[in-house]
Amino acid sequence: MNSNRKKLIVNPLSKDNPITVQVLGICSCLAVTAQLKPAVVMAISVTVVIALSNLIISLLRNTIPPRIRIIVQLVVVSALVILVNQILMAFVYDVSKQLSVYVGLIITNCIVMGRLEAFAMTNKPFDSLLDGVGNGLGYGIILVILGFVRELFGSGSLWGYPIFEKLGLYNIGYENNGFIIMAPMALILVGIIIWIQRSRNEA
Amino acid sequence: MKYFSNKYMLIYSLALAAVVAALLSVVAMSLKSRQDANVRNEKMKMLLTTIGVECKTNDVQSVYDQYFKEELSIEKDDDDRPLTIYLYEKEGQHGYVIPTQGNGLWGKIYANIALADDLNTIVGITFSHESETPGLGAEITTEAFRNQFIGKKILDENGEVVSVAVVKHADAADLHQVDAISGGTMTSNGVSEMLINELQRYQHYITETLSDRKEATDEQ
Repeated sequence: MNSNRKKLIVNPLSKDNPITVQVLGICSCLAVTAQLKPAVVMAISVTVVIALSNLIISLLRNTIPPRIRIIVQLVVVSALVILVNQILMAFVYDVSKQLSVYVGLIITNCIVMGRLEAFAMTNKPFDSLLDGVGNGLGYGIILVILGFVRELFGSGSLWGYPIFEKLGLYNIGYENNGFIIMAPMALILVGIIIWIQRSRNEA
Repeated sequence: MKYFSNKYMLIYSLALAAVVAALLSVVAMSLKSRQDANVRNEKMKMLLTTIGVECKTNDVQSVYDQYFKEELSIEKDDDDRPLTIYLYEKEGQHGYVIPTQGNGLWGKIYANIALADDLNTIVGITFSHESETPGLGAEITTEAFRNQFIGKKILDENGEVVSVAVVKHADAADLHQVDAISGGTMTSNGVSEMLINELQRYQHYITETLSDRKEATDEQ
């Protein structure tokens, strides 16, 4: 894989991260990260949707009339999102219930449409696929970090396993921080991640 | 920029729509049975939780069959929904579970009420909701809220359904009151209303069953 293609995957992870640098897709990132499992499932779902919609739009790019391109993009994205939702409902029903409307709202996730407009409409299919995977992972990595921190300190568990209880932390007076489960705290955590990331990347 | 005629655009959009529609229908139909099974399992799990049975295995059906013996469905003339009652037996105790539905603040809310054999004492309750606010109205599903209902009565001394009201500063000794959720007043009111409205639909059934039972014991 040459260096340009590698960049397509690596850049969105940190230097050009969709959440912390472009500040897109914040809504779902606050809503689904109270626990780790839904955060991971959401990250995978969004990655699949961005990657495949990028690929499909890139394959169709020369046949799409510019005047209806947004509509065509929306149709492709919604079809993929409905597919993902149906699959979640069939195979991981409990997670799909937790994610509730946020799976459907992937359609309106700015990252997806943003990548289609900015990249897939003008680039070759394989590059577009990589770009989609990269951006999906860039979104996903932030979700997983948030889900990890919030579930650990908010509920004292990870992936539903009561880790702090097993460690006996409650017996020595530790209490879960209820505030960290609320959406505002997720925003503050995103702010902290941006802070760390900027100071590291600029140094 | 390449030129696209109106005719091209029209055919293009129609073709795209047709392909997408066909694809989605095929997927939806092939996954339907699995999804329905999930919904059924979820419902059975809820009923089991209501009577205090935690279902850890994936074989929900067999656990369900172990506890729930019968499902009654009584048609009523003046009602579009039939009365549904689940009969269960746990540790030798018989009891009833009544499913209810009502409106919360943002959408539908549901409750399963487990009654002891006297059709009066609440032994367990579970709530679910479609879109109540997390942290506020959605707190109705927490154990802290649900446990308040245990031991409360739905009938007054004359056997009339008075239900259990969800109110601010509830008197813990009062058999027909539980504490509301702070910040979730609208949802709490919704729960109160759902319980009284739905339980009243069962008034006739409850009165009949209890008087039949009384007659039977009197004859002995």
